[in-house]
Amino acid sequence: MIQAFAFYLFAALVLASGAFTILARNPVHSVLWLILAFFNAAGLMVIVGAEFIAMLLVIVYVGAVAVLFLFVVMMLDIDFAELRSGLVRYFPLGLAIAVVLAAELVLGVGAYRAGALELGTPAAETAPLVGEANIVSIGALLYGRYLFLFESAGIILLVAMIGAIVLTQREARADAGRSQQNISRQVSRRPEEATVNTRPEVGQGVQL
Amino acid sequence: MTETFVYWGMDPDWAWFLATVAGILLIALPLMLAVAMVIYVDRKVWAAMALRRGPNVVGPFGLLQSFADGLKVFLQETIIPTAANKGLFLIAPIITFTVALMAWAVIPFNSGAVLANINVGLLYIFAISSLGVYGVVISGWASNSKYPFFSAMRASAQMISYEVSIGFIIVCVVLWANSFNLNAIVWAQKGHIFGLINGFAFNPLLFPVWVLFLISSLAETQRAPFDLTEAESELVAGYQTEYSSMSFALFWLGEYANVLLMCALNATLFFGGWLPPLDIGFLYLVPGWIWLFAKIFFFFLVFSWIKATVPRFRYDQLMRLGWKIFLPMSLIFVVIVSGFLMFTRYGA
Amino acid sequence: MVATEYLLGYLPILIFLGVALALSALFVFLPIGVSRITGSHRPDTAKLSEYESGFPAFESPRSQFDVRFYLVAILFIIFDLEAAFLFPWAVSLEFTGWPGWITMMVFLAELAIGFAYAWKKGALEWE
Repeated sequence: MIQAFAFYLFAALVLASGAFTILARNPVHSVLWLILAFFNAAGLMVIVGAEFIAMLLVIVYVGAVAVLFLFVVMMLDIDFAELRSGLVRYFPLGLAIAVVLAAELVLGVGAYRAGALELGTPAAETAPLVGEANIVSIGALLYGRYLFLFESAGIILLVAMIGAIVLTQREARADAGRSQQNISRQVSRRPEEATVNTRPEVGQGVQL
Repeated sequence: MTETFVYWGMDPDWAWFLATVAGILLIALPLMLAVAMVIYVDRKVWAAMALRRGPNVVGPFGLLQSFADGLKVFLQETIIPTAANKGLFLIAPIITFTVALMAWAVIPFNSGAVLANINVGLLYIFAISSLGVYGVVISGWASNSKYPFFSAMRASAQMISYEVSIGFIIVCVVLWANSFNLNAIVWAQKGHIFGLINGFAFNPLLFPVWVLFLISSLAETQRAPFDLTEAESELVAGYQTEYSSMSFALFWLGEYANVLLMCALNATLFFGGWLPPLDIGFLYLVPGWIWLFAKIFFFFLVFSWIKATVPRFRYDQLMRLGWKIFLPMSLIFVVIVSGFLMFTRYGA
Repeated sequence: MVATEYLLGYLPILIFLGVALALSALFVFLPIGVSRITGSHRPDTAKLSEYESGFPAFESPRSQFDVRFYLVAILFIIFDLEAAFLFPWAVSLEFTGWPGWITMMVFLAELAIGFAYAWKKGALEWE
């Protein structure tokens, strides 16, 4: 009973916050609604028994991806009036995309109902380890059977990282070297090298 | 506790629900009390190190100072600046405080005394603490004022930078304990060294990891020397500049609850949690939660000592420490610890 | 059907969320009501303006920020994902053995290349 109640609570909140994400006028509000949607999706994942996926959803999507979204919408200084003015111009395009998506959904569900698709067929034997936690089963499969998919995920991450650096790279400033602190040089500097004890003759001055 | 309620002639489901709510209140209310006392301890330690007296007027030895502050703040007017985004302005302290409370749900206080005994308890804490950024960012943005916004940006960049290394440090502990369940992690530390000392921190391979964790937890909770978000010479009072009344107090309560959580994590992950320090029979006569509280208090004193002693970092130094030193170090320790375990435990 | 015992482990968290939200909402909204009753609620224009060292604010606080913050956030996502891959690996080594360990080392090496690139390009510097 409680399980059903929790499911409908999370599902209703996911749908509602998803709707508010696209209806909110302020982009910051949109991102916050999106975060709420992620959060409730994590709740749904817990209910179906995928606790590790639920935690990942919170850690990666809420804790990392949404932070980037927030950074972008908060700091980009967007002119809301100008954003909204494009609505009429882009409305037909948006409508066309919506129709295509709806058609795809109908087709997909129809095909599934007709039995043309066999969804959820594993590429290989993926029975979870009996008596082990969800996260252990995932680990045993991912690093045992799906090694190459995992390694290609690593390559994708590497490409993403290099891409991000290239895109945000600015030209090195001329005085970049000077403004950087070189800690090892500071620490290795000894008093003997830093200070000189001299006893100059009167009127002779000091050699620097 | 459920059994007691059933014994009183209650329906088992209701008994379970009541016992759970009682457990939640048993965590949340003492936590708030502890935060009040710990703020007092912090001020006293800080004052003693500066040869001052600290709070000593309200109550015996000034013990009631935090409660007087609380009452004063409670009766204050809540100022919502005209330029602020009102809804979010009020939601931000709610998020901060809720998140600070939530993480305590999986901390084991004794072998059976944990509210939610879930398989991925440590990941849950990691996930919840990654939500702490939102209270800060939203408060800074909703205030619509210059200093809170700068402070929020600084704070969030700082928190996410150190969260990365905390993630890798967690992996090191989990590798050794072979579980994400916090109680299992505590059990794995029983008699860890020579069958006598309880705690991963005494393991030569994990000791450096603990040092990394201690410093990262200072940075994650924005305690000195990483309290750049409250650098009053640059940013007035940080992201809470525009706040007043209880909304302001909630940020403080949340901050200290987070500090206590980090102390509890230091104790649980590296110093044997509710286990006594030595694996000797008669030490187990003392209840586990007393050991845990003693360890938490010890780490809090360390935090306070550090706050009173070291000067504040500069922002570029802070970012460099996080990205150029802690990140590679913690990654290297993942490799070393897992390699060692492969040779000794799994690689046969 | 998911095991009831497993779900019962998560139910306290849901209840805790409710209790914690109620408590903090009470703490925020109760003083607002109380201050109206006690008469300490007396807003005026100067009090409600944003803080700017006593001057009227002379520029909007919503200004464009350094792109560096985005880069930090993107790098954070990548390393967070890396940590996410490490979590299941750390508890399943007994099942995957040496092949699993070596795979992860290759993965870490791939990211170490990216890290070295970021270091070399000065993406980790903060001026």
